[in-house]
Amino acid sequence: MTATLTPPKSFQEIILRLMTYWAGQGCAVLQPYDMEVGAGTFHPATTLRSLGTKPWAAAYVQPSRRPTDGRYGENPNRLQHYYQYQVIIKPSPPDLQELYLGSLAAIGLDPSVHDIRFVEDDWESPTLGAWGLGWEVWCDGMEVSQFTYFQQVGGHDCKPVSGELTYGLERLAMYVLGIDHVMTMPFNDPQSPIPLTYGDIFRQTEEEYSRHNFDGADTAMLFQHFENAEKECARLLDQPEIDPKTGKRIIMAHPAYDQTIKASHLFNLLDARGVISVTERQAYIGRVRALAKKCADAFRLTEAGADA
Amino acid sequence: MDLLIELFSEEIPARMQPKAREDLKSMVTQGLVDAGLTYASAGAFSTPRRLTLSVEGLSAESRPVREERKGPPVEASPPAIEGFLRTFGISHPTASAHVQSLLETPGAVELRGVRFEDRLVKDRRILFAIIDRPGRKAPEIIAEVLEATIRTFPWPKSMRWGSGSLRWVRPLHSILCLLSDETGAHVVPLTVDGITSTNTTEGHRFLSKGRFPVTGFDDYAVKLKRAHVVLDQAEREAAILQGAQNLAFAAGLELVEDKGLLTEIAGLVEWPVPLMGRIAEDFLHLPPEVLQTSMKEHQKFFSVRNPRTGRIEAFVTVANTETVDHGATILKGNLKVLGARLSDARFFWDKDLRVAKAGMGEWLEGLRPVTFHNKLGSQADRIARIEALAREIAPLVGADPEVAARAARLAKADLRSAMVGEFPELQGKMGRYYALEAGESPEVANAARDHYSPLGPSDAVPTEPVSVAVALADKLDTLTGFWAIDEKPTGSKDPFALRRAALGVIRLVLGNEVHWSLREITVDSLHVAIEQHFEKRRASLTRQLINDIDEARRVAKEYEAAQAGELTSSASLWKIWEKIDAEGSVSKEAAEEMAQAYLAREMQVAFQTVFANGESLLAFFHDRLKVFLKDQGIRHDVIDACLALPGNDDLTLLVKRAEALAAFLKSEDGPNLLQGFKRANTILTQAEQKDGVEYSFGADIKFAETDEERALFAALDAAEKAITPAMRAEDFPAAMAAMATLRAPIDAFFTATQINSDNQVLRRNRLNLLHRIRAICSGVADLTRIEG
Repeated sequence: MTATLTPPKSFQEIILRLMTYWAGQGCAVLQPYDMEVGAGTFHPATTLRSLGTKPWAAAYVQPSRRPTDGRYGENPNRLQHYYQYQVIIKPSPPDLQELYLGSLAAIGLDPSVHDIRFVEDDWESPTLGAWGLGWEVWCDGMEVSQFTYFQQVGGHDCKPVSGELTYGLERLAMYVLGIDHVMTMPFNDPQSPIPLTYGDIFRQTEEEYSRHNFDGADTAMLFQHFENAEKECARLLDQPEIDPKTGKRIIMAHPAYDQTIKASHLFNLLDARGVISVTERQAYIGRVRALAKKCADAFRLTEAGADA
Repeated sequence: MDLLIELFSEEIPARMQPKAREDLKSMVTQGLVDAGLTYASAGAFSTPRRLTLSVEGLSAESRPVREERKGPPVEASPPAIEGFLRTFGISHPTASAHVQSLLETPGAVELRGVRFEDRLVKDRRILFAIIDRPGRKAPEIIAEVLEATIRTFPWPKSMRWGSGSLRWVRPLHSILCLLSDETGAHVVPLTVDGITSTNTTEGHRFLSKGRFPVTGFDDYAVKLKRAHVVLDQAEREAAILQGAQNLAFAAGLELVEDKGLLTEIAGLVEWPVPLMGRIAEDFLHLPPEVLQTSMKEHQKFFSVRNPRTGRIEAFVTVANTETVDHGATILKGNLKVLGARLSDARFFWDKDLRVAKAGMGEWLEGLRPVTFHNKLGSQADRIARIEALAREIAPLVGADPEVAARAARLAKADLRSAMVGEFPELQGKMGRYYALEAGESPEVANAARDHYSPLGPSDAVPTEPVSVAVALADKLDTLTGFWAIDEKPTGSKDPFALRRAALGVIRLVLGNEVHWSLREITVDSLHVAIEQHFEKRRASLTRQLINDIDEARRVAKEYEAAQAGELTSSASLWKIWEKIDAEGSVSKEAAEEMAQAYLAREMQVAFQTVFANGESLLAFFHDRLKVFLKDQGIRHDVIDACLALPGNDDLTLLVKRAEALAAFLKSEDGPNLLQGFKRANTILTQAEQKDGVEYSFGADIKFAETDEERALFAALDAAEKAITPAMRAEDFPAAMAAMATLRAPIDAFFTATQINSDNQVLRRNRLNLLHRIRAICSGVADLTRIEG
């Protein structure tokens, strides 16, 4: 472990240290997926790659959006756009808990002064048709990560099982840096020639998106886009496996999955606009789940998702 | 020999540990015993990372077991013999012939380890099978039993990990399995899904390093403690409680004890270190229940009270580690999280206070669209029914009807408050605060808090009259509602907790000595529900008729057709219709009248179900009452004897009667009088059946022959004089005491006097005398139902 490290000074330093740490553990350090998602789990590097038997190890930051959590940049903790740090390793190594604790030490959470606990928390994603068992990890009474052993994704049993770690970066960084309001958190080194806070970068966008999410978005158009994404997903998966142009077997699992991600985010936006009733809600979630399952089925037929 | 087993894993959820300890103990010991081993004692332990079992005094090997099974007679048909052989897995075509031929001369034959022999049983030659199982060594048995236990362990939820296929609650890392005797300790070898047993374990995740070997349970427990693990849940609980109390005491405060929380926390830590912190001044004005619930639910903190102010002013959190700064960093972090949580709670409280101070109208309005049950309407509908019922019940419990009605109307308003939305368990408790803020009287506010009670056996019964009225109305409405839509509890299924509701009514009635006719009040409650249902239908039908003249026409036609040939006159409806038709539009009055007439018959049918439902609900109450009284030590036949008398729907009276009868039957006179009564009753009943008359003409003392007979006359007169006023005053003990005086005269009478005298006059008179015994005793309870 790296207990002799100096404490990190900024949000980005915490991210960089996590990157360095997990790269050191052999993870492929990926970049964020280029679509709007609700959580790091939606990145195909997690959802799709947790299927099949091919070993896999990846770590990445994923910007995530939860439209209903928008507070116009005023709430000290809540944001409609935030960052998750995600680690996914298949099969889950036997020392995953120790590896994880090493990552906490790397960002300055040393177990010789902190109280770190694994408290039961089972994870389920109704939209992804996925569930797993694990814990929320508490540091001095605060939840700093979600630790899950995937059991099922897209309706498929995970064999072997992937271990997934999700860090809520803002909350974790605020704790490590001793910050009370997210907008005052130093994003880069406060000693930099141009020091920037989280607020310098995101206060305005939080305001703009809050207005957009709650009042601005055109719901009729969003409903239409949802329908389109749903149709397109099905259409892509209905194409023959053999590409007529190249003569190769090319299943369009990832492009279809992009449409699932889209549908999921559109649903979240509609939910924030308050135009989905309680009874309809379940039906929409079920429609997204049906797409996720189809994509999982398709991915299992591809080279990356097949059993070795 | 002593056996030590430890299953070491990643963190086991606290809530699953108590049952897991029990399961480990029972599965392993049962398995060992089934395999023929014996043991002296066993104890199971758990921490977040381990499940441990210690078995002492285990036998070194199983005793040889001989099993004998009786088969068919030797001369039975070949298929019968073959069937018997098949149960031992012997199916060779010649086997049965083989057995039979060898048995023609007395002897035995052995096939595949089973010895078959014939024995004489009651002069018949019967085929017997004898299987001898040799004793087996303990390690072999232990390995088998432990592997089976691990593979079939009944975790509420289990998982796979890595590339394995084994299921456990969280990844299982190591198995310690050690058998020790005078010669030393030996690892019992076994491998489950790649995990091989050893004699080693590890200590605390952060305060200890590496694995270490152990030689037996005592050594294990001592070494664990040195490695900062307290193995025993009870010891951890005691340490937490004591530590927390000491911290509070040293600051002049007191710990709010919470057994459930204590158990949970002890399941989250291996090395408990309680730390106390102060709640920031800005939050101290929040109601103690809010502070307590928020801290417990989100942070698993104990609350600490200031005994002088009664306020919750501090908390105790329990860390799982000792740190170089003695917990300073940990406490600071916890305070920060608490601040964020309590800011949320304060936000809810402030928001709710604005609505409460304005009279809570917003919440009552908000309950309109909230469905209670799709056949029983919205929460607002339900509240309206409870209000109507509370108004009726109020005078019976000494409450002002209008106050009770107001309390009922407001009692569930807090269900729409932000605080109850966040913490549902605060329902009612917040209602009381908000009602007071709304300027309601304390009795109305208390009813909001207390009307859910009693919820469980340990929950107190409300006693304030207004609370009692609302609590009864709430439960009765639930019961009658679900009865009316035929959602009664069956077997183990009681999704709407109707048994609990019925028991709540019983405890409220008995606890407050309420005298009422439960039958009448149940029928009233059913009426309220039906009336409300039809009022809503009438209103919606009226609206429909006004808006849609074609619909009105259809309704009129349908009504006319339905009425054709029946006595009821459809003239009124038809007249209304003719008028509507002439005017080409439907007036509000006409529509209302039409809806009323249209629904009249349906309503009549609905009301006809009231009686049957009322009776079936009353029977349900009686069943619950029997269970309740049984728990209090009153026998079911005693209850039956009291239930058989009129007025059995006044539960207070019924229970008084049953209690007096139970006490009487336990007295010295009781069982004897009962015998006398039964004898009198049997003789009388037989005579009445034989003669085809009822001997109730009244016996006359002038036909009395013996002194004993005359004495009985006198005793009956005296008893009657005492019993009648006692019964009127519902003084059952006094009535029973008077009845007890009959014991000696009745016994003497039966000894000295023959009832069935040849003299018909004497016989009839004596039978009439027996009738008096029966009449007097039966007024107290139906003694024929008492057993014994």
